[in-house]
This record gives sequence, C-alpha cells and structure tokens, in this order.
Amino acid sequence: MLSKAITFVLLMVLAVAAWGKEAAPVAEDPVLERRLQTLSAELRCLVCQNESLAGSRAELAVDLRNQIRERMRQGQSDEEIVDYLVSRYGDFVLYRPPLKLTTLLLWLGPLLLIVAGLAALFYRLSRRREAPAIELTGSERERARALLSDSGRERL
Amino acid sequence: MMRYVLITAFVALVALLGVGLTLNPREVPSPLVGKPAPNFQLPQLHEPGKQFSQKDMLGKVWLLNVWASWCVTCREEHPVLVEFAKSGAAPLYGLNYKDERKDGIAWLKQFGDPYVLSAYDRDGRIGIDYGVYGVPETYVIDKKGVIRYKRIGALTPEILKNKVLPLVAELNKG
Repeated sequence: MLSKAITFVLLMVLAVAAWGKEAAPVAEDPVLERRLQTLSAELRCLVCQNESLAGSRAELAVDLRNQIRERMRQGQSDEEIVDYLVSRYGDFVLYRPPLKLTTLLLWLGPLLLIVAGLAALFYRLSRRREAPAIELTGSERERARALLSDSGRERL
Repeated sequence: MMRYVLITAFVALVALLGVGLTLNPREVPSPLVGKPAPNFQLPQLHEPGKQFSQKDMLGKVWLLNVWASWCVTCREEHPVLVEFAKSGAAPLYGLNYKDERKDGIAWLKQFGDPYVLSAYDRDGRIGIDYGVYGVPETYVIDKKGVIRYKRIGALTPEILKNKVLPLVAELNKG
C-alpha cells in the first residue's frame, strides 16, 4: 500500500516535470538573424564553392557568418558588409556579380547566343522560301500521282 | 559565306570554353594584390607577451606565409619554405592560423622552423582580413607594405624560382 502511494507521488512529480515550455528562440535577435540569412544566401562560401554562406557548414563559412553578424550588430548596412567581403575575397563571393567591363561577356553572352541563333534560323528560313518551285512535266505529274495513290492503297 | 561565319563563331566558342576548362576555379584572383596589407597586431606564437604587426616590416620586402599544424598541404610545402629561409632571399614570417598554440609550436619543433617568427591568429580574424580561405597561402609584401603577389596553396620550387624570387629581387631594387 505504502509503495503504491510512493509510486503515485513519484509519477505526479514526473508529470510536473513533463510540462512543456515554449521553445526558446535559437537566436537572441530573430530580426538580425533573418537579415543574416538573407544576406548570406547571396554570398558564396569560398571553401565549398557551390554552397552559399548561409548553407555551408565549412568552418570558414561559420567564421564569416559570425563576422557578418558582428558587423550587423555594429549597425553596418548590407552594402557596407558586402563591400568589405568583396574587398577581401573579390567579386567571386557574390552569386550575382556586378555588371562591369570585365563581366560584360558573362551578362550579355547568353543574349548574344540567342540573337545569333535566331539570326541564323531566319537566314536559313528566308533562303528556303526563296528556292524556286520545281516544275513538273505532264508525264512526271502522272507518275507522281500513280506513286502517291499506289502507296496510299498499300497502306490501307 | 554564311557557312564560314558559323564555323568561325563555333570555333571561337569552343576556344572560349576550352580556355575556361583549363582555369582552376580554386584560384580566386585576390583583390588584395596591389593594395596595402591589412593592419594587424597579434601576439607571437612562441612569445605570447610580444606583439607582431605588419607595420614592423615597413621598409623591407618580406613574405607572409599562412600555416597551421592541422593543414596537410602545409606539411608538403614545408621543405620548400625551409630551403627558402636558408637562401636568405627575403625574411619569411608565419601567420599561424586557427591553431592551438602548443600544436603549432610542436609542429615547428618536429619539422623545423623556417620563420623569423610566427604571429598567432587563434580565431582566424586576421585570416579573413587577408582573404584567406585555404591554407597554406603566401603573400609577398613590398617595402611600402603593399601586397604584390599572393599564392593560394603550396609554394613549389618552380613557383619560387619563376615568380617569387624574381619579384623579390625586383622589389628590392626599387
């Protein structure tokens, strides 16, 4: 009887322990953290080059995220932070490289290819249209009709 | 006529893409070349009480080599650095990057210490200022404190002979 009572009390105590609390936020400052996420998604991780700074678990990416966080806390704007990283690592850190003389081919290349392809296509089409129709003589016309109706019958 | 234009365009495209294939995407061109070496003031590896700053080197042509005891390529590069230090062509300083102090010291004891001294960058902050993303990296810095050359990855005897030594000689003249 006593042991049952003790078990009951223990269970009650455990039940109290099981009462949940609202999960604590992962970061102290969710607004800043969201800003960090958005900005670092635009930046390339230098170590694993096909990952963004936001998605990478490389140590350098973690360090860089910490740097960005710190600079945000100091009140720097996104542009200032991006400028800092570009001055250290070059335009390569940006997933969207800026439009300038050295990146002109990168930005306009695909457009050039499309224009060239369309030009070639229209050139070919216009040449085809210009090709003269072949005139048939009377007997050739007969033969063609025979061949066409013949093949038609076979298919049936 | 059109045919030749198309063939020329195709050959040009193949050539462009072919050149692209031979480039190494790991070698990110550093925007720091031609710029003043970023400021730092760090404790020395062997003597934590003493500081080292890039300003201490003004007036000299010198090399800064970023290394760590956990870095395998540094181990490959090391004999080249030891040879370079022996030649006395230019003073070689180390930046011990994201390392444990005792590991760094033990590593130098085991493999030999080619550095005049090593600065100790525990949290890699100065590394970020210098655009370090793969260790080892080496910088040639001129008398005015301007970075003139950066090598990402191990220095090889060929690079030393063809790039670094001629550059150091030229900078020392100027």
